[in-house]
Amino acid sequence: MALLQISEPGQAPDPHQRRVAVGIDLGTTHSLVAAVRHGVAECLPDDQARVLLPSAVRYLDGGRRQIGHDALDAMAGDAENTIVSVKRFMGRRLADIGGREKLPYRFVDQPGMVALATRDGDKTPVEVSAEILARLRQRAEDTFDTELFGAVITVPAYFDDAQRQATKDAAQLAGLNVLRLISEPTAAAVAYGLDNASEGLYAVYDLGGGTFDISLLRLTRGVFEVVATGGDAALGGDDIDHALADWALAACGAAATDAQDKRAALVAARAAKEALSQATAADWSTSIGGRERHVAVSREQLDALARPLVERTLAAARKVLRDGRVTRDEVQGVVMVGGSTRMPLVRTLVSELFGREVLTNVDPDQVVALGAAIQANALAGNARDGELLLLDVIALSLGLETMGGLVERVIERNTTIPVAKAQEFTTFKDGQTAMAIHVVQGERDLVSACRSLARFELRGIPPMVAGAARIRVTFQVDADGLLSVSAREQTSGVEAAVTVKPSYGLADEQIAQMLKEGFTHADEDMAARSLREARVEAERMALATRAALAADGALLTAEERAAIEALVIETGRIAAGADAHAIEAAVAALAEGTEAFAAARMNQGIRQALAGRRVEEI
Amino acid sequence: MRLADDDFTLFGLPERHALDRAGLDARWRQLQAEVHPDRFAGEGAAAQRIAMQWAVRVNEAYQRLKDPLKRAAYLCERRGAPLRAESNTAMPAAFLVQQMQWREALDEADSAAAVEGLDAEVAAAECAMLADVAHRLDEAGDAPGAAAEVRALMFVNRFRQDIARRLDALDPAPPR
Repeated sequence: MALLQISEPGQAPDPHQRRVAVGIDLGTTHSLVAAVRHGVAECLPDDQARVLLPSAVRYLDGGRRQIGHDALDAMAGDAENTIVSVKRFMGRRLADIGGREKLPYRFVDQPGMVALATRDGDKTPVEVSAEILARLRQRAEDTFDTELFGAVITVPAYFDDAQRQATKDAAQLAGLNVLRLISEPTAAAVAYGLDNASEGLYAVYDLGGGTFDISLLRLTRGVFEVVATGGDAALGGDDIDHALADWALAACGAAATDAQDKRAALVAARAAKEALSQATAADWSTSIGGRERHVAVSREQLDALARPLVERTLAAARKVLRDGRVTRDEVQGVVMVGGSTRMPLVRTLVSELFGREVLTNVDPDQVVALGAAIQANALAGNARDGELLLLDVIALSLGLETMGGLVERVIERNTTIPVAKAQEFTTFKDGQTAMAIHVVQGERDLVSACRSLARFELRGIPPMVAGAARIRVTFQVDADGLLSVSAREQTSGVEAAVTVKPSYGLADEQIAQMLKEGFTHADEDMAARSLREARVEAERMALATRAALAADGALLTAEERAAIEALVIETGRIAAGADAHAIEAAVAALAEGTEAFAAARMNQGIRQALAGRRVEEI
Repeated sequence: MRLADDDFTLFGLPERHALDRAGLDARWRQLQAEVHPDRFAGEGAAAQRIAMQWAVRVNEAYQRLKDPLKRAAYLCERRGAPLRAESNTAMPAAFLVQQMQWREALDEADSAAAVEGLDAEVAAAECAMLADVAHRLDEAGDAPGAAAEVRALMFVNRFRQDIARRLDALDPAPPR
């Protein structure tokens, strides 16, 4: 059942107005944008036919920037102002970033999220990521010569709430309408599964530049159900580069002290590592402290350095099998994703673990973006109804702090989203009128070992004896994996709620302000933009409502139908004007006026689905 | 079909403990295919909100129905024998002795194989207890008896979580 089938002939006002929606893989090392064109998902190239955009941003004088290849080319000479692997800093505090002394950046410790000092001022990881996203958005808009309807952005499955929120903020800052955040391994499974018409249980092993995910998915006729997921949000090919650079520096008795040398040692390490995916011997060669340095590296040497890191991914894979309660022989295939899975050692060890040769017939760099594009196309209403459904899970448990610094888990990891769950708490002191609520994420029992997501207070509880108040705390995780929490005292009805927006996440007003300052729309008049957006929304709602009336008008009485039609007409009249706020209000009124109708249609759809099922069973 | 319907009605299943897991899973996917917010991505806030409510409700019912212990607890409550697990912790002496023996065995197990062996033993006991619960609910009409057994099973369940945590620390190779 679809309340809206915009692609049905005769319903869309203009058949050429196909909505352009893209999938974006915002990677540690590279980023890509893909879209479905002529029914096929493909990655969009830049004007030099390159699909990979290096995730690198260089800040120049006077607010200018270089992004991608240009930034990478200049990195060796300007390491401090050229930010790479920024994904590793998303939603992190300074203390969270391991091995930062080896990085050529000047970190700025600030409450919430770390920032990086550049010659153009302090930049948060959200701002740096937004530059990359804005560049990809531009690429897509140039390709299609139209504005984008929206984007699906991928995040590591193991990203916590703070990292997801930071990613969503970056996309908003880049002027993208985020249709959905989806997990990278899930996106890869979609592209792989649809391409190979696969059914059954699959594992996706995703080792990128800075993050590792392992997911088990069950594929059933277009439904992609995540059974269990695990990983490490701070483990990737970068760590292998660091290990190799340290080893090579020691081998030649050199020390990398300044930003340029640190970066040079890493760049040489990555080049040697990549060469060793084909060859059995390579050279680590670079200039340190003004002197040329060369160290011969064998594949055995690289394997010895990488092995402890790869072992960590194997432990996570074993845990996911236990969590999913499946044996390794039930897994029908292991899809390898992420550039680091090109390493022979990784392929060998993962094949050994699962007792079968891993699948390497996908492009490990592109498959995530392609899956995101397929989902974006479906969410934009371009795909045929009922083709694709993703049922994802939260990778990390969510809970509350209780007495003694302990965590009370409210939603367990690997629970399918969207999900809502409530738990009751009580006061522990006589006459207590307020309660502090501290929301945490993680698997450990101690609050100090979990990530703190938000704190808020429920005030105005009527004084009662200890234990008499009944405070119901509700956690809700939406389909993006983002959390909101509310608390309500049951006897008095006092309420408090937060959308968990970590203290360092950008507030909506801040984003609006940055947009206004021309961060990504230097040449665009904000008022014109908001008017256009309001009109598009009004048109979309009116269209959806008309289609719904045509399909299921029989559910309404004549008066109800007349009332809704009047609202549609009114919305159209106001949308012809130039007052964005009035249009938004009209759209809100239309949404409210059709809520009961939407609910009735939902009920009818479910009844029909169940009825159809019963007939099948007979 | 309403949000307030009980789990069994929502999934179109007979109200009993015995259940076909594959059928339940298929029904869940079918319901999510109808109600998931992604199905209404092109529509306004009202449709999104309703879809979200429904998707959450369907997932809640699925979580409860697919877990034999939660399903049993739900049935006990619906048949007038709520567990009251917080206030009612009385257990037969034999069961407590058994628990203590298991805990000791877990403390003494020094290899992944030993822990896995213990887990298999506990799983077999759990399975037998669940069969008894199902019999009491589906055949004997003994909800209070089933509730007592479910309370005992909650201890077993917690113990198996401790075993799982121990296995995570030992990190054995996956079974074939």
